[in-house]
Amino acid sequence: MALPGDGLIQLTPQGLYCPAADAWIDPWRPVSRALITHGHADHARPGCGAYWAVRSGEGVLRQRLGSGIALTGVGYGEELRLGEALVSFHSAGHVLGSAQIRITAGDETWLISGDYKRDDDPSCAPFEPVTADVLITEATFGLPIYRWRPGRQVAAEILSWWREAPQRPSLLFAYAFGKAQRLLAELAALGVEEEVLLHGAVQTLMAPYRSAGVVLPPTRPLSELPRGESLAGRLVIAPPSAHRSPWMKRFKAPQTAFVSGWMAVRGARRRRGFERGFALSDHADWDGLLRSVHDCGARQVYVTHGNSDGLARFLREERGLAAEPLGRAFVGQRSEEGELEGAAAPSVA
Amino acid sequence: MQAFADLIQQLERSAGTKDRVTALATHLQAAEAADGAWALALLLGKRRRRLITGRRLRQICLERSGLPEWLFDSCHAQVGDSAETIALLLPELALPPAPPLELSLATWMETRLPALAALESEAQAEAVLAIWAALPDGQCFLFNKLLTGGFRVGVAAGLVTRALAQVSGLEEAELAHRLMGGFDPSAAAMEALLAPIEDGAAAPISRPYPFCLASPLEPEHLAATDPAGWQVEWKWDGIRAQLIRRSGQTFLWSRGEELINASFPELEGMAERLEPGTVLDGELTVWLAQAPQPAGFGPLQRRLGRQKPGAALLRECPAAFIAYDLLERGAQDLRPEPLSQRRTALEALVQELQEAVATPAAGLLRLSPVLPLGSWDELQALRQQARSVGAEGLMLKALDSAYGVGRRRGLWWKHKLEPMELDAVLLYAQAGSGRRANLYTDYTFGLWDGDGHLVTFAKAYSGLDNSEINELDRWIRRHTTERFGPVRAVDPLQVFTLGFEGLQRSSRHRSGLAVRFPRILRWRRDRTPESADSLSSALALLEDPAAQRSTAQR
Ligand SMILES: [Zn+2]
Repeated sequence: MALPGDGLIQLTPQGLYCPAADAWIDPWRPVSRALITHGHADHARPGCGAYWAVRSGEGVLRQRLGSGIALTGVGYGEELRLGEALVSFHSAGHVLGSAQIRITAGDETWLISGDYKRDDDPSCAPFEPVTADVLITEATFGLPIYRWRPGRQVAAEILSWWREAPQRPSLLFAYAFGKAQRLLAELAALGVEEEVLLHGAVQTLMAPYRSAGVVLPPTRPLSELPRGESLAGRLVIAPPSAHRSPWMKRFKAPQTAFVSGWMAVRGARRRRGFERGFALSDHADWDGLLRSVHDCGARQVYVTHGNSDGLARFLREERGLAAEPLGRAFVGQRSEEGELEGAAAPSVA
Repeated sequence: MQAFADLIQQLERSAGTKDRVTALATHLQAAEAADGAWALALLLGKRRRRLITGRRLRQICLERSGLPEWLFDSCHAQVGDSAETIALLLPELALPPAPPLELSLATWMETRLPALAALESEAQAEAVLAIWAALPDGQCFLFNKLLTGGFRVGVAAGLVTRALAQVSGLEEAELAHRLMGGFDPSAAAMEALLAPIEDGAAAPISRPYPFCLASPLEPEHLAATDPAGWQVEWKWDGIRAQLIRRSGQTFLWSRGEELINASFPELEGMAERLEPGTVLDGELTVWLAQAPQPAGFGPLQRRLGRQKPGAALLRECPAAFIAYDLLERGAQDLRPEPLSQRRTALEALVQELQEAVATPAAGLLRLSPVLPLGSWDELQALRQQARSVGAEGLMLKALDSAYGVGRRRGLWWKHKLEPMELDAVLLYAQAGSGRRANLYTDYTFGLWDGDGHLVTFAKAYSGLDNSEINELDRWIRRHTTERFGPVRAVDPLQVFTLGFEGLQRSSRHRSGLAVRFPRILRWRRDRTPESADSLSSALALLEDPAAQRSTAQR
């Protein structure tokens, strides 16, 4: 299923395109004008002529796409005129500076959700419900088996996991941008004042969060620690790609855990080979998706990412909404941060 | 049941052997005897009765939640397990809050679960829903698993016996022995199991000894040793069995710890001539009276699983017990004696018996011959002769070794003809094409992973004869648990020996291994799924250069 060819937003080989604004939203390839929902690699790509994004996300974007990019920072809710269109960015609650993008032209309004979540997160602004005629929503965790517990609760479990192993290093794997800082902010909220060690990939993202005023415990790059200093009892946060890499050699008998929405399922926990899996996601869970579709009040819904077919079918058959999956174009566009494991093959357990 | 649920979680989370044994020991120590007995039976996989099908639970979940079936199936495809899928979907059921229900494991297993199974449809659904509403977090999954008989923990039996040894102060070997021949979970059984040796009640006369198991040959371990220190025998192509004669009774045990007396009445008759207090270890085969060698695995299959065989079958497929070890004589446990002495005693015993009875009855008990081996150079040539005598390779046993409990590397080696062989469990079946379009002939097999789950390992299309294909087809239709388009998932109960030419690491396969030319060597009706091989045995084959070398030679 593709978008109608004459609509306000169209699907082109570069990604979602708005002719009225002559701009692409989270384009996959270099284009002249790009509206960026957030800085994750599958949404913000280098090489575009001009960028628009939320001001609080500017630091991350410049770091990832180059400090010299032509970027216009926009405040949440601020209305921009681009060509024939009115464009505004609204908080998505996904990561620092993440936005849903609302575009109006003629008598029609579309909302592109980007990645979003409805859960509390002390490291970024909360999700803002926005109405539109047409909604393009993600469905990364579009199955009713995915239902998140409050982040504070999961962080408390992580804290006791760490505290219960004073003789081993505790290696916590989490996506470097967003998840890692959310965990740190949750730990700070739980009263952690002790220094947390960071893998380089996580370290580079700390400055934007600190300058945004997010309350975080003290952190230090692991590389700054003198060689040979004991890591027993220390918490270290690293991206999942570091698991089983040579970087791990530094640790003697570490305990390992992975923080991800996928960890809600036992099979996924086992396959990934971490001792512990904590289910915590920066994407909406099943209820969050349904609630957001409802809050938007759109007469037409298009679904991207993850279980897009399933969520669209559910909205159509069980909620009587006009809903369609938005084709295969979005599959394979995910990077580590939105990592999809695909539908797991059935197994006998 | 919370303590047991916690234990399962702890076992899932701890990677180290020591932590797991400690967790097991702590749990078994603290549990009431009856609960400990059930925990033990469940951990050892000795109790896995299906009281309600996964399908029925799914139906209850669907009816209450109003979720569309296709959505449930999408969830199941993601999770891979009905019990877990339902546990994850419970919030969709919007069950009214209920006071928490905490019952002991024994109460669940002995009373509550069987009572649920006995209820009629409507009442059953209501009772299940009430339990789901009242179970604390984390117990729903366990409850669903126990109810559907799919419960399995990824913990090797060896770790459980080690934990029992810590709790009781008994030797692991003693505990492994006490656990042989079935463990009926009860407080009394648990107390008897852990009782000190001196005041332990007399062991049941039926109890077999733990089988000593062989490892695939690692030639580099042999090269430095003197060939004269080894007893070389054929590796027979039958099933491993233990024949016990005690107090005027006979017990014939398969390696899967099943009593198979009823299938082999002629061996029962032969065993009456054995002195009381005799236990033989050997191979069950079919061997026609005048034939120079056993009749192969096919005819033996006809006898296995057939209780009270008719006269025609007994005539066409007569059984023989090929003895290769003597574990008990005159009610004395001979296992600590070196093999050389046990062998001498065995030869004397077989000779006595053969002289005492007329042929062809003498053929019922045969002695596995010792093969001459002058030097290690002759080993390959000897192995190549195996097929011509109906054997599947060679066995090498250290002459000075005691009879070990389980797999003790270095005492017994097996050196098979097939380059590689593993016992795998049938997981999925798909209809064939053309002539076999109506038959399920394409099979997918799994091996155990370290967590007690079967992981898809290989597909095989050939190796069974027509009557086996037909029989398996009927079985598949009766034991389908789920359908995925043309593919049927079946109860993981049937074990097959697969032969293959090689293994390679592969990230595309869930097992992490790609299998070259897999084929079915035989249907192992004598094996329980628990006894099938694990991914780690496959990895051991992969890493064993000897196995790779012999592949290259073929
Ligand atoms: Zn994202």
